[in-house]
Amino acid sequence: MFPFTQKHKIAFNLKIYFPYPAICKACWQLTIISKIKLVVVSARTYADFTPQASFDIKKCDVHKLEEGPPLQAVLTREEGLQYYRTMQTMRRMELKSDQLYKQKIIRGFCHLYDGQEACAVGIEAGINLTDHLITAYRAHGYTLTRGGTVREIMAELTGRRGGIAKGKGGSMHMYTKHFYGGNGIVGAQVPLGAGVALACKYLGKNELCVCLYGDGAANQGQIFETYNMASLWKLPCIFICENNKYGMGTSVERAAASTDYFKRGDFIPGLRVDGMDVLCVREATKFAAEHCRSGKGPILMELQTYRYHGHSMSDPGISYRTREEIQEVRSKSDPISMLKDRMLSNNMASVEELKEIDVEVRKEIEDAAQFATTDPEPPLDDLCNHIFYNDPPMEVRGTNPWTKLKSVS
Amino acid sequence: MASLRSFLRSGKNAVSAVLRREFHGTPPAAVQVTVRDALNQALDEELERDERVFLLGEEVAQYDGAYKVSRGLWKKYGDKRIIDTPITEMGFAGIAVGAAMAGLRPICEFMTFNFSMQAIDQVINSAAKTYYMSAGLQPVPIVFRGPNGASAGVAAQHSQCFAAWYGHCPGLKVVSPWSAEDAKGLLKSAIRDDNPVVFLENELMYGVPFEMSEEAQSKDFLLPIGKAKIERQGNHVTLVSHSRMVSLCLDAAAVLAKEGIECEVINMRTIRPLDAEAIETSVMKTNHLITVEGGWPQFGVGAEILARIMEGKDFFICF
Repeated sequence: MFPFTQKHKIAFNLKIYFPYPAICKACWQLTIISKIKLVVVSARTYADFTPQASFDIKKCDVHKLEEGPPLQAVLTREEGLQYYRTMQTMRRMELKSDQLYKQKIIRGFCHLYDGQEACAVGIEAGINLTDHLITAYRAHGYTLTRGGTVREIMAELTGRRGGIAKGKGGSMHMYTKHFYGGNGIVGAQVPLGAGVALACKYLGKNELCVCLYGDGAANQGQIFETYNMASLWKLPCIFICENNKYGMGTSVERAAASTDYFKRGDFIPGLRVDGMDVLCVREATKFAAEHCRSGKGPILMELQTYRYHGHSMSDPGISYRTREEIQEVRSKSDPISMLKDRMLSNNMASVEELKEIDVEVRKEIEDAAQFATTDPEPPLDDLCNHIFYNDPPMEVRGTNPWTKLKSVS
Repeated sequence: MASLRSFLRSGKNAVSAVLRREFHGTPPAAVQVTVRDALNQALDEELERDERVFLLGEEVAQYDGAYKVSRGLWKKYGDKRIIDTPITEMGFAGIAVGAAMAGLRPICEFMTFNFSMQAIDQVINSAAKTYYMSAGLQPVPIVFRGPNGASAGVAAQHSQCFAAWYGHCPGLKVVSPWSAEDAKGLLKSAIRDDNPVVFLENELMYGVPFEMSEEAQSKDFLLPIGKAKIERQGNHVTLVSHSRMVSLCLDAAAVLAKEGIECEVINMRTIRPLDAEAIETSVMKTNHLITVEGGWPQFGVGAEILARIMEGKDFFICF
């Protein structure tokens, strides 16, 4: 049975209520139309979709800059579908993790990223995989955009040996190539990111480092120390503050004397960007990357975004904000809906196509969750491994003098 | 012209003897080298050997080092490899760790290890633990060095010994050299090691000269991290020490020798991983142990050594 897909133009159309044969105009194959209800009368080929469209995006507030990123962004159909798929994967992965946590299959810390998908996807769209990125503990989305698979990520959350860090890192310590985690100590990743940028400059490979932190971390002293050195040494570093309005349970007004996070870099030029719009984030990142690569030194971006979940799974997220606020953001500014509306209203994709992507994503997540639940935990021998790198095997003291454990690099 | 040529011919042996320092046919001389110069040599040689090695810290470049350990290096290697930082320990230690993660091999100098407390989160949480938490994906080849422990009358805030604090943490190697040879060999090993190494020097030892053998003067002279050295053989009592206190032990041993008590002095060289075997072997021989250190006694290096000996397989045989 040849499946009816939108690829094929049906040679004739009838509103009927049971399966009937038809000849496909495009490929002249006999096919059985099995849709039982009223359907779209003619399927469209890919050639019918708009290949690309230009969208107006919000103007970015600037600090110490002559001009900001462009006010229009061009989105091609392929890009749109890719962003949609990635954001949807991220969303479903986080929601699945929520479920698994409530079933106590995931334990420990779990900081979910749903609502902020446009940030991760937009940033990755503005840089290359050869560039570097480091972020704080809300890292599942970035692990995905930086090359991790959903399977590895979820298995790491459940602490199994198939996890991206073999089950030894957990939610906050996932690493891939040119992605330095996942860092548990608030703010510590910012000097690390500047160090990576120093290495980029030192090795002369025209790479840059994107260094992320939240509105809560933005008040950390070490971040200001880093601004100073990055600016002094003109390091190719894009500092990005993901302002989701709450540092754990403290709103920005209660934590910061100045909530203009994009200006906090003082001598570092800054941009305030709409972090719910993937195109806005992408254009701003491209602008910032251009600034760094031209040797002008660091630049700061504040992404105004929102998280639907609480700070972590142990926080219901409604004691310091209202349910109405969350609902309002979900209905008015959801990044996935925004992209979907844009694409549909400009005939860049069809509803079915996007639904198909949803179905595929759901399946991928289900498979990953299945793997994450059934994969065995790391073996006990692994407990003391990976203490030192490139060292001969050594003995490690156990819990009592007669227990000796072995450590292999 | 001919006389000049014959002079040169006859003088050739003398000239080459001068170059080979073989005036009287004696073996090559060991030279007196201060700990400071040994460290300087080690840094110079490693900077030359590997492009990825660089030094950063306060006053390391144009000031030639707060204690002159990095004298001459900035002139030789320039701004790219010898970097002066602002007085922001947490920031520059983090930058050094990040650079190590991205493939370079930084040497991060703390003016004294007391200031490393400002940056201790970066040393422990970012450097020491990362290789383990990433299950081997992310090594951090970095050296943190600087003077540790007491100096001359610098008061409590500037006199703490950090051997015990850093020695507590898995994922770190902690080295504490005493002599010039130790300093050079261990610093070179530390720089070539692919793991985070905390290198505890001592300000009062910087100016002390030691004899350095020909072998120790070579560019590839390395000492293994994790192996102690027996500085003085003896069979009545074992004195275990590290860094400056080894000098104290040797002085004490000299005094006791006059009374007929022969001390075995062990220079630990490395705090972590601790060479418990060397100490155990010595204690089996002497049956008496004294640990001597500059740190505070409670929860310290000596406390750990005593615990290890008492838990060791041979302890009860001593009785």
